[in-house]
Amino acid sequence: MNEDFRPYAAGTQPPLDVPDYRGTAKRHPLRAKHPMPQTITETTGPRFSERHFPVMADMTKSTSGKEALGERIIVAGRILDEDGRPVPHTMVEIWQAGASGRYDHPADQHDAPSDPNFHGDGRVFTDAEGRYSFLTIRPGAYPWPNHRNAWRPNHIHFSFFGPAFATRLITQMYFPGDPLLAFDPIFNSTPDLAARQRLIAGFDLELTKPDFALGYRFDVVLRGRGATPMEG
Amino acid sequence: MGFTTASQTIGPYWHIIEDKALADLTRFGAEGERIELTGRVLDGDGNPCSDACIEIWQTDPPSSETFPGWGRANTDASGTFRLTTLKPGPVAGRGNTQQAPHIAICILSRGLMHHLVTRAYFQNEALNETDPLLVSIEDPAQRATLIATLEAAGVWRLDIRLQGENETVFLDV
Repeated sequence: MNEDFRPYAAGTQPPLDVPDYRGTAKRHPLRAKHPMPQTITETTGPRFSERHFPVMADMTKSTSGKEALGERIIVAGRILDEDGRPVPHTMVEIWQAGASGRYDHPADQHDAPSDPNFHGDGRVFTDAEGRYSFLTIRPGAYPWPNHRNAWRPNHIHFSFFGPAFATRLITQMYFPGDPLLAFDPIFNSTPDLAARQRLIAGFDLELTKPDFALGYRFDVVLRGRGATPMEG
Repeated sequence: MGFTTASQTIGPYWHIIEDKALADLTRFGAEGERIELTGRVLDGDGNPCSDACIEIWQTDPPSSETFPGWGRANTDASGTFRLTTLKPGPVAGRGNTQQAPHIAICILSRGLMHHLVTRAYFQNEALNETDPLLVSIEDPAQRATLIATLEAAGVWRLDIRLQGENETVFLDV
């Protein structure tokens, strides 16, 4: 039985050379990647424990318990592999701008008010069924110097590990109905339309807590093992 | 059946989740041959990438309570990353092959829509001559981009060139 992780399906991942995203110009390799069979180095990966990586599932409060400004939202979803099997007990890292569209980061010089009660980092682990959930503030849009009047759509950064070095994934979650999505070269770099749309969270009334916070669902798929069913 | 979620760039603000302690894989008291793995990440103009995130993973020594096998470091203004770890030994390859000691490297940064993967091997290891991956790279100059050089006692250097002259061999894993 072939236990290697499958190659990415055509069109579902962005290319490294994205002319509309200026930052890729000098950072994308020119040579094709060197093919190699996966070994134990790629098919195994780090394990993270809550003892060393404490859960931070409520990003809406400062360390002293003061509340951040902005619209509270609940983000939840499931992490599955390509065969629909849950990815249990895996670490999820989260970071984002605050409600005004400013990161708590020295390199962010956007002239928008910073919020001393919002650092914008979170960390959760999936449960046995691959479910995760956290509470945060809806991030604001912000300008960036990519082109004239360039603005990033509202987004939350996510980092996933999964079971192996080969399943590492860093991505961004977007919000439904954001008019900036149409103009964002980062979001639009993935060729496959359906793959792009899967980066947009769904508003979820079931997840929404009455009188408290709106709920957004963001499901994620990590690479699966073995031959695809289509290949028999 | 679904498709793997699309990657997006880590961007310039990932330091919000940075913990500098993660750059030292020996922080839990692991015993073994302690080494520093360092290098510069350079772009196609030879300029430093000062906002990259470098992650490493090694299967030897096996991960344990005292050795996570995984680490993360930032690059500084000169594009330099520094990780402290234990020198790996050989590990099994596919079939009956043996792999030379190596550390897997994941490169993430602004301007990279998908992480890049490469490996650090170690100069003057006899097993480098028969390592299946190294042997599969025909051009010696390209092969050399995966081989860390001993810079000082216990300090191994592997520069990562993202584009152009002496471009690092990135792996399709």
